[in-house]
Amino acid sequence: MLCDVCKCNDATVFLTQILEGKMQKVNLCDACSKEKGVQDPTGFALADLLLGIGAAEEIEKGAPTQKCPVCGFTQADFKKTGRLGCSECYQTFSEGLGTLLKAMHKGTEHVGKLPERAARQMELSDKMRALSDHLEKAVAEENYETAATLRDQIKQLEHEMAS
Amino acid sequence: MKFAQVMSSAGEWLRGEGPHHQVVVSSRVRLARNLRHRSFPGWAKKAERTLILEQIKPRVEELPEMQDSFSELLQDLSALEKQVLVERHLISREHAAKGVGSAVTMNRKQTLSIMINEEDHLRMQSIRSGLQLKNAFKLVDKVDSTLEGKLDIAYDQHLGYLTACPTNVGTGMRASAMLHLPGLVLSDLINQVIQAVNKIGLAVRGLYGEGTEAMGNLFQISNQTTLGEKEDEIIARLTKVIETIIGKEHDARQMLIQKKPDTLWDQIGRAYGVLTYAHAMTSKEALNLLSVMKLGVDLGAFPEERRLPVDELFIETQPAHLQKTSQQKLNAEERDFLRAEIIRARLKLFPKPDMGKVAREPGDDTTSDTNHNE
Repeated sequence: MLCDVCKCNDATVFLTQILEGKMQKVNLCDACSKEKGVQDPTGFALADLLLGIGAAEEIEKGAPTQKCPVCGFTQADFKKTGRLGCSECYQTFSEGLGTLLKAMHKGTEHVGKLPERAARQMELSDKMRALSDHLEKAVAEENYETAATLRDQIKQLEHEMAS
Repeated sequence: MKFAQVMSSAGEWLRGEGPHHQVVVSSRVRLARNLRHRSFPGWAKKAERTLILEQIKPRVEELPEMQDSFSELLQDLSALEKQVLVERHLISREHAAKGVGSAVTMNRKQTLSIMINEEDHLRMQSIRSGLQLKNAFKLVDKVDSTLEGKLDIAYDQHLGYLTACPTNVGTGMRASAMLHLPGLVLSDLINQVIQAVNKIGLAVRGLYGEGTEAMGNLFQISNQTTLGEKEDEIIARLTKVIETIIGKEHDARQMLIQKKPDTLWDQIGRAYGVLTYAHAMTSKEALNLLSVMKLGVDLGAFPEERRLPVDELFIETQPAHLQKTSQQKLNAEERDFLRAEIIRARLKLFPKPDMGKVAREPGDDTTSDTNHNE
């Protein structure tokens, strides 16, 4: 395969960038990759650098003025650094990130390690949901004695979840 | 533990006794973790970074795995000391550039190192000799589980562990192996291998990771994606690919012995000649020649007991190690003289290459696999 830039040397550096479901591949030889500074890629400026036409712009659709409520990070900051501001940013910019993650990774759902704390929280919230359902039913059936017990159980569970 | 102790003991992975050690120099697995609702290190102001550091550091130091550890704030390490740690792959180049608000802790054996406030709040890495990705993962996984009980780690039900860079989200895991592939380079097959590896979603990089040149025929291969695949699946996939490459490397070496013996002996003879007689040598030249010497030991042209000095020279001749050993700051020219001197001294008693030995008993990796504990 020949280098896309000089079209004479064999390409040894292969870059794939997927934007909005469109895959763009760039193949470069050693010399051209060095010249283009690909040896030290920082974030997504890479796309701009190689594909010209402000390719990185495409990454951020959604509202451009969005700001993370926790850390004050904006989409412009992401464009500059290729890094996010805090864990909450994943929620804030979820719309734009969705496509990006889909292109970057094998899947869109984490299937690996589950932290014990998260596993426990999940278990508790499942339990909470079940209790709330029961309570609703008990109230509907005017079964107030059961409802009172359930309410106590929910209170205790809320306490557990908070700790 | 003091820095002098880190310096004086080479670290387990450098002794090169792990499975497939002729081709696989080392295996590393790192996990990236962050605290919830805290700015990532690259975005946090100095005050917040320090706060995060103060929260994490004691938890890291009290780990049972970190008894008698080396633990230091980055601003308390000299530029040279940081560079030594980079050359040993105990911290990243990015981390070496950090100052106030960052720290590193590593265990005595130098098999586990934890960077605080690198790109993520926590970067935990285990490094082992030879092909031992599973064992390396086991160690960091255990440490991660312990820390998780004490720190509020950012985790999302759908996205997994949340990291500063979206390329690490999910498992936050990067598993990599450092491969020594002189056979594939000498027979011009390396680009084919790199292309094939790239096609199946794995990355190939140079000696010091992202954006570095391949020197000394050393290549790092690692997983590219972190979301949508389980940790052990990623490791199994990577291990399988590495085992295939090991096979290809051995095939290439055999082909060279059979089809191009003169080229091979010329390379080994030249490496031996230049290393034992040169008086000035750059680190790049040293790495490339030492690589050929290592190949010579693998093939039996040099006796097996000469393996350790060659392996150690790979690290000892790196710029920061050189200056740290000599206790003085040297310019590039002075370093090149000193480097050549150290190599000459180490190889003084090195026997001449015996090519006759190679034809009779070609290098065979299988004999060293008896301690395979993966």
